[in-house]
Amino acid sequence: MGPRTSIPQASIPPISLRRRVTDHVMTGISVLTVLLVLVPLFAIFAYLVYKGIGSINIAFLTQTPKPVGEPGGGMANAIVGSMVILGIASLLGVPLGIGAGIFLSEYGRNRYGDIVRFVSDVLNGVPSIVIGIVAYGLVVMRQKHFSALAGGVALAIMMIPTIARTTEQMLLLVPQAIREAAYGIGVSRWRTTLSITLRTATSGVITGVMLAFARVAGETAPLLFTAFGNQYWNWKTDQPTAALSLQIFTYAISPFDEWHRQAWAGALVLIVLIVAAVAAVRIAVRHGTLAGA
Amino acid sequence: MSNQALPRPRFNAPEPEREQKAALKVEASTKPLLQGKVSEIPDAVFGWAMRLCGLAVVALLGLIVYQLVVGSQLSWHAFGWKFFWQSDWNPVSDQYGALPFIYGTIVSSLLALIIAVPLSLGVAVFITEMCPTGLRGILSFTTELLAAIPSVVYGLWAIFVLVPILRQYVQPFLAKTLGWTGLFSGPPYGIGMLAAGVILAIMIIPIISSITREVLTVVPQHQREAALALGATRWEMIRMGVLRNARAGIVGAIILGLGRALGETMAVTMVIGNRPEIAKSLFAPGYTMASVLANEFTEATGDLYLSALIEIGLALFFVTIVVNALARLMVWSVTRGQPSRSIA
Repeated sequence: MGPRTSIPQASIPPISLRRRVTDHVMTGISVLTVLLVLVPLFAIFAYLVYKGIGSINIAFLTQTPKPVGEPGGGMANAIVGSMVILGIASLLGVPLGIGAGIFLSEYGRNRYGDIVRFVSDVLNGVPSIVIGIVAYGLVVMRQKHFSALAGGVALAIMMIPTIARTTEQMLLLVPQAIREAAYGIGVSRWRTTLSITLRTATSGVITGVMLAFARVAGETAPLLFTAFGNQYWNWKTDQPTAALSLQIFTYAISPFDEWHRQAWAGALVLIVLIVAAVAAVRIAVRHGTLAGA
Repeated sequence: MSNQALPRPRFNAPEPEREQKAALKVEASTKPLLQGKVSEIPDAVFGWAMRLCGLAVVALLGLIVYQLVVGSQLSWHAFGWKFFWQSDWNPVSDQYGALPFIYGTIVSSLLALIIAVPLSLGVAVFITEMCPTGLRGILSFTTELLAAIPSVVYGLWAIFVLVPILRQYVQPFLAKTLGWTGLFSGPPYGIGMLAAGVILAIMIIPIISSITREVLTVVPQHQREAALALGATRWEMIRMGVLRNARAGIVGAIILGLGRALGETMAVTMVIGNRPEIAKSLFAPGYTMASVLANEFTEATGDLYLSALIEIGLALFFVTIVVNALARLMVWSVTRGQPSRSIA
């Protein structure tokens, strides 16, 4: 009886030309942005290698800077100076940073931990030049002169928040059951934290430390008025000290071609040293030398 | 800096030695394993030592604020708020106004954002939504490699490669086509505000794109499927299903990039021209808050001069802290509740 109801047909309208074109255009734009971003990356690396390789020689790696106009000379003192400053920074920053990381993961699952977490994230965003001012006030003003120590303090301040946060994350990845197993056989809490939790996460923690190290290794701004730079050899930590990044800056803004050449060489050496340091520690971790005895 | 590169650590918890195992078994059968009370003192000492380390991080921030505030007292008393809107910077007559530096910082950072935001969004969208899986890892790695190059090396490259290109090709072109706006007029030196903006953009692209990528990955998959099921094209799916949901996080990523641009020192100092003037044209040299610190701090002879510089540092510090805190809250609002992946 009654009128036959028609079964509704699911009909999909064809996608209009406009929508198809938009889709293709946006995909094209997206690919284009990737290419545009990759161009400077490759340009920087290619230039660095091309300009740097030609200027690196034995003299560059073994001599101190020559006065303007005299050819030759090198950045040996700056390479060593950078290592001294970074050594001081690591000595101060790594234990404190790991300690803060342990606090965050093992003792800081509460409001106090949240405060420390937020503060370390904020510290991470403080411009490095401002950290330089602080280190100037803390160390240089007291000592009355620029020093490797002041530079180390500045870089340590920059390392601590990064190390704290990555250490925290790595420790949190360690399963709770491992800690409980240790407690269960009567191991005290501090011993569990150090010998079980921290040791289990060693490779991750060390990777985090190296990340922080690599980040500050090329820093220039906080060293400008802390380490200051030096044209000669200096082995005292309370005297102005040369650093590779400072030397690159000075040479780059100078009007001399010879110095420009050396700036490129310095930049290449700097990046190679950073990569080498990170790789060396990673390999050491993999082969168990640093994985705890 | 994103910590994505961190590998999951290997769980190599120490195995008890074989003899110890054997010893444990024997002892367990004869007498209770634990005897006497475990001393609680070492535990307490260790716990407090770690808390002290945590406290040190907070103290560090306090120390920074204290140093900056004390150091800038002299200048604050001499100029008050006037310091921030006076444009006279003259060490000889001991007159200090920070306006040219504030202007330079804002303009160069905004310029960087204008260039970097579309590019980083394009890269992030490509990597998360369009890219073949094989290419994804390589692309994320290469863009993050950009973040690992020291700022001074960017500056070096900018002086010898970017600036000549700007001077010879880009600036004449801009002057010819857009010169009437007044933004692109004057002699094309190469060095100036435009160069600073471009190099800053190159430096903040990895930050914005890697955080945007993280934000886009946490957009639930069913949002994409729903959009596609409604007959959306891929771009419509990205626009309506993905980008709209990730809006707050993307804005957060952009602000985080802004925070980095505001405080960036070396590369900018090397190409901006370092002249405390406020010019309409982007070809003209400028000066930023960070660069004036880099250039003049060691040469500041008078107490007031030094104090004025420290006050600029204080202002820079506060601005970046506010910007960063804001950005973090916005990124958290999107990624919260997701498996913890750090956004640093």
